[in-house]
Amino acid sequence: MPKIIKQQRLADDEWKVLQLAENETPHSVRLPIGPLLVPLAVWRARKDELIHRNWEHHEPLGVWLAPNEGPETIAGELDDFTLIAVHFPKLADGRGYSTARLLRERYGYRGELRAFGDVGRDQLFFLNRVGFDSFSIKEDADDAVEALAAFTSFPESYQTAANQPLPLFQRRAI
Amino acid sequence: MYRYDTIDRSIVQARVAQFRDQTRRYLAGKLSEDEFRPLRLQNGLYVEKNGPMLRIAIPYGQINATQLDKLADITRRYDRGYGHFTTRQNIQLNWVKLPEVPEILAELAEVDMHAIQTSGSVLRNVTTDHYAGVAADEIADPRPFAEIVRQWSTLHPEFAFLPRKFKIAVSGSIEDRAAIRVHDLGLQVAKRDGEIGFQVFVGGGLGRTPLIGEEVKSFLPWPHLLTYLEAVLRVYNRYGRRDNLYKARIKILVQALGVREFARQVEDEWAHLKDGPTTLTDTEVARISDHFAPPEYETLPADDLCQLAHLREDKAYSRWVERNVRTHKVPGYASVTLSLKKPGVAPGDATVEQLEVIADLARRYSFGEVRVSHEQNLVLPDVPQRELYTVWHRAKAGGLATPTIGLLTDTITCPGGDFCELANARSIPLAEDILRRFDDLDHLHDIGELELNISGCMNGCGHNAVGHIGILGVEKKGEEWYQISLGGRQGNDAAIGDVIGPAVRAAEVTDVVERLIAAYLDLRHGDERFIDTVQRLGHTPFRDAAYNQPRSHEENRRVRYA
Repeated sequence: MPKIIKQQRLADDEWKVLQLAENETPHSVRLPIGPLLVPLAVWRARKDELIHRNWEHHEPLGVWLAPNEGPETIAGELDDFTLIAVHFPKLADGRGYSTARLLRERYGYRGELRAFGDVGRDQLFFLNRVGFDSFSIKEDADDAVEALAAFTSFPESYQTAANQPLPLFQRRAI
Repeated sequence: MYRYDTIDRSIVQARVAQFRDQTRRYLAGKLSEDEFRPLRLQNGLYVEKNGPMLRIAIPYGQINATQLDKLADITRRYDRGYGHFTTRQNIQLNWVKLPEVPEILAELAEVDMHAIQTSGSVLRNVTTDHYAGVAADEIADPRPFAEIVRQWSTLHPEFAFLPRKFKIAVSGSIEDRAAIRVHDLGLQVAKRDGEIGFQVFVGGGLGRTPLIGEEVKSFLPWPHLLTYLEAVLRVYNRYGRRDNLYKARIKILVQALGVREFARQVEDEWAHLKDGPTTLTDTEVARISDHFAPPEYETLPADDLCQLAHLREDKAYSRWVERNVRTHKVPGYASVTLSLKKPGVAPGDATVEQLEVIADLARRYSFGEVRVSHEQNLVLPDVPQRELYTVWHRAKAGGLATPTIGLLTDTITCPGGDFCELANARSIPLAEDILRRFDDLDHLHDIGELELNISGCMNGCGHNAVGHIGILGVEKKGEEWYQISLGGRQGNDAAIGDVIGPAVRAAEVTDVVERLIAAYLDLRHGDERFIDTVQRLGHTPFRDAAYNQPRSHEENRRVRYA
């Protein structure tokens, strides 16, 4: 089974990530059984069906957001998901960092928040700070163990973040 | 000057360790070129024509003698004996070797220096007025706020992968000497009902699409500085263009939305962040401000008599004082600009020996502190007048006393085609040519204040767009050509210059400049500055002169009687 980093440990990844192929539409795409992470468009098109699967068959449900899909779009539906994921098609596309902070800090999402795509150990520290707690990284399992050290790259940070409610200057003053 | 505490130091040291590990993995083939690029850029490491170039941060242009000595030492051992000061108040080493960079960073960390975020699509080094704290026209010292912004922007987790680079400048004085209107975000310190705050400009910038920043907030009270910045950056991070590198700066977003709509989106975002935990406190501003308390000035007479005597008797000295020495807010003190412009040397370059001389001058005569100006010179901010004559002699011996600050040959010049991978044309040889042609000091002083700026490509690092005369290298069929622009200016009345005609060859540039100057000398009224004559008459007479076109009778009448 593929591995992910979750809660700063290596874990099995039981989720299937649904990605639309070119000839598929949100309405026509087949939904495989098991824990399923669907694109926002599929959630929009087949919300009732997905909720039914979740309730009747206890199939865990997650949604993933592309960089241009802001968290506002699902702000009222956060309780419907076991997992929310943010896709990073390119390492340099940093929109997902804002998405994560907004989900955590503005919309109060407390469930599992996953980063996937072009992310690796060198992004883990910041990704963790903005609120991700689960990571599907590029490194293979051996390197992934080594990558865990990235969570403690820095002993301190100046700014607030999802995992630090007070900026350093407030804590310095205490 | 801000002194690191153990926390600041531990963060910089952790960064060194992190980059050492990343470099190791890259050299071992575990990180691809594409993966390593953003990591090395965020640590100031470029790969240029001659190999790697390391850009070291000098936060808001403030550096002390110990740090200068360290830079000299590093430059001697890891480079080829000289460094290059940039328009963003940083210093670049052109000949480092990649495997040695982690070691260089470790040595820099010993004196609380680093190369964090001097490059890449991140929040860059914050810059300010090189006379901050000593200028008579200061509303408030901008340095505490620059330092507060530095800390906030350092390793900001949300903004490490912006659409493009983001540059912030702060001005605390009435006259803007930090070019805030040509930055992605400019902060002008202001006072309202006795309270300190900021006028905020967004969307200025040089480069491919030069634009003057527009006001998005007329008065932002100081406690809200960081939450407001966070709102601006979040709007930019989410909605700035990422499909086209050349349209990715915030200025393009501001233009696309219109400044009012952009400001509205920022206000919406800010409404959520305002008064949150990042709101600045009196305690924090006082803590940081303590670091910038004035040094222990002596009580001195307003004018030092010996120095006045030297001024009368020594023409070369008085010429240097006229151009390179500036009045200080404290009686009996002055600020001295050490020029990094002279024939045979690329503008902004300083040798190891010069760095050591500067460190020593700072230690002996200026409380150990030095400033870097965005015009690529260095400033000793706090020199007692009685020491000026000695400082002049020692600066002269060190090749640092060219008495031309603010004159034609005090050019801003980017590294250009000699060093830079992006350049279309060389810029250093042009600056050199102009320096040699205008080598008569009497003539230069007669021409008076004139800002001539040179860039080797449209990225505009040499500030060509805001030069009174701007020179921009372009490539035509593999050859170097240069566009000439006129009427640009920095500061409070910042304006983008207009290109006045077809590009010319390298060999003709200095001739064109000479003809522009001749036209100015012919047309000026009294002691009118070049830029004011251009403003009064428009570009036509200058364009005609530049391209050797005889003036029509009518035009002649117009300019004569204007």
